[in-house]
Amino acid sequence: MGTKTLIPIGPYHPLQEEPELFKLFCDGEIVKDIKWETGYNHRGIEKLSESKTYDQVFFLVERICGICSTSHPFAFANAVEEIAGIDITDRTRYIRSIIGELERIHSHLLWVGLAGHFLGYNTVFMWAWKYREPILDLFEKITGNRNSYAMFKVGGVRRDIENNKISTIRKTLSDVKKKTDLLTGAVMDDPVIHARTKGVGVLTRQDISDFGAVGPTARASGVSIDIRRDDPYAAYPLVSWKVITAEEGDVFAKVKVRLLEMYESISIIEQCLGGLEKTPEGDIAVKVNEIPEGSGTGRAEAPRGEVFHFVVSDGSNSPVRHKIRAPSYVNIATFKKSCIGQTISDATISLAAVDPCYCCTERMAVALDINSGRKLMNAKELIELSLKRTIELKKKIT
Amino acid sequence: METDLVIEKLKKSFDTEVLKVTKKSERRATVSVKPESIVRIAEYLYKTAGLRFIIASALHTKRGFEINYHFSLDSTGLVLNIHVIINRENPQIESLSNLFNASNWIEREIHELFGIDFLNHPNQEKLISEGNWAEGVYPYRKEFK
Amino acid sequence: MAIKIKKVGFKNYCFKKSLWVFHFGGASCNNCDIEILDCLTPRYDLERFGILLVGSIRHADVLLVNGSINKRDKDRLIEIYNQAPKPILVVAIGACGCTGGIFAEGITFAGPVDRIIPVDAYIPGCPPKPEAIIAGIVKLAGR
Repeated sequence: MGTKTLIPIGPYHPLQEEPELFKLFCDGEIVKDIKWETGYNHRGIEKLSESKTYDQVFFLVERICGICSTSHPFAFANAVEEIAGIDITDRTRYIRSIIGELERIHSHLLWVGLAGHFLGYNTVFMWAWKYREPILDLFEKITGNRNSYAMFKVGGVRRDIENNKISTIRKTLSDVKKKTDLLTGAVMDDPVIHARTKGVGVLTRQDISDFGAVGPTARASGVSIDIRRDDPYAAYPLVSWKVITAEEGDVFAKVKVRLLEMYESISIIEQCLGGLEKTPEGDIAVKVNEIPEGSGTGRAEAPRGEVFHFVVSDGSNSPVRHKIRAPSYVNIATFKKSCIGQTISDATISLAAVDPCYCCTERMAVALDINSGRKLMNAKELIELSLKRTIELKKKIT
Repeated sequence: METDLVIEKLKKSFDTEVLKVTKKSERRATVSVKPESIVRIAEYLYKTAGLRFIIASALHTKRGFEINYHFSLDSTGLVLNIHVIINRENPQIESLSNLFNASNWIEREIHELFGIDFLNHPNQEKLISEGNWAEGVYPYRKEFK
Repeated sequence: MAIKIKKVGFKNYCFKKSLWVFHFGGASCNNCDIEILDCLTPRYDLERFGILLVGSIRHADVLLVNGSINKRDKDRLIEIYNQAPKPILVVAIGACGCTGGIFAEGITFAGPVDRIIPVDAYIPGCPPKPEAIIAGIVKLAGR
């Protein structure tokens, strides 16, 4: 649960020397233990949800996290529609999936930028965030906002994607594909990135299973979990794509999985656009009279993994209980395995590799000496250490 | 089909512990069990039946504290809820965190929000409440008249 | 030869250009945080105005605060403000920073930013677009 933005950027970063989330206890160069504190971002959302009507809850859950802002309304809509037994229209399915996949692309690009920054490749950071902008513009054209789109409602979507917008979307996608090729080429072939990320922050299949980790974190260790395929919703039963996995479980595998997933997302969107053209314009909602008593489970595949919402209803206008579990809740706990035994200079990239959603985590880490508890270095210094290591490796390799 | 099989096997292994089965659809089912059996059932589901622990959710109702342990069978998309009711006066239940790490944080959180004691939890310390609300206050409990 | 600093208004002169900005994020959804960072990326590129994001409050001219402040953050915000070299301009960003937004009714809410520290400018929005953030800061600097 993050308080401060922990997007540390180059020589300028908004980090402070305050209690951090992760305390890395170090013996010399090696990390021996991790302790974390959280609660800085606790906003009491589940309780707030009980005092809002079902329609209002969508606006609330969108703001749980800004980066994966669609996946929470998605899962919530799935849960409520399950309680009420609502069957949504095909056009709704396509629109929902398009928004979800566009978000996956922009989220992965954001992450690639950050990972590049932690490794010392600030150019990658600037490029990746620049290439995100056309997608945010697209969101603005379709939904009216760059983030927090307010597209979902019970039984449908609020705004239609008119057929005359489809060609703009296609053009933007083909641009994004070219830029993704550029970025993928730059990242995957770089020997220094290989040296910094291969064998680092490894999570085995057993670790994934023990912590219940999900999303690209799990898929990079060979555990093929993807809610879009396992528990299909929206348009996913109507389109086809590959679930990308890797076997090694290290940071490089996680980078690879995320980069390749972007191509699959582009393919899904193109298929959904084709589906949109075949469905009648404007057919985007079904009438819902009331939500009966009962309980429902909604899941969605966010860029970081499985989002789980459990809603209990008593027939009134507000949920009685709304349990929300974001993927970072289980993924972050895996730090205990992936960081222990590593050197401090690898700590930041290992931590960043599970793509912690910043609102579910805090600023990064601080390193403490295991014997004296004395602070060795703060987060800014940890990142500088990571940069130094990249420079050393560069000298050795090139 | 698969779901029926999973539930049948569960009932056979834990004949006396299973109180009620509600199957909503092929991918959603709830099994109510006795609270004392939760660790053995979770062990069976995780080790033998190959389910993944998603999360646990607690709810305060007139019957007491109801906890749903949500498990997922990824090969079929089934979400199996294991439901227990524990009494309001002395709310405690065995912790699952000695079986796997996936439940460690959520049990600490439920402890802070509802005041339920998870027995033998490896580190039942504060997770989110430090500075946010006082000791002995359990904000998600409801007041029933 | 005496330097006529007093007449020019030394402090105001320094504030005219090249603002160094420190960012404090409260309990936020991070949308605002990302839009602030977006201002540094090539499309908006605040650096060409000399505006830098700094790592320590002691180097900053402007304190950007966003997010609804929960009880745990409140003390830290006060500490940060006390450590800041005066004069410092405080800007509350986003609906949460200005009024608490939708989280104002939450159980851990500790008051919008202006109840905790004095605020000089508000940039509302959920999240405010980078253009709005830039416009806000430029307006503040030109004041």
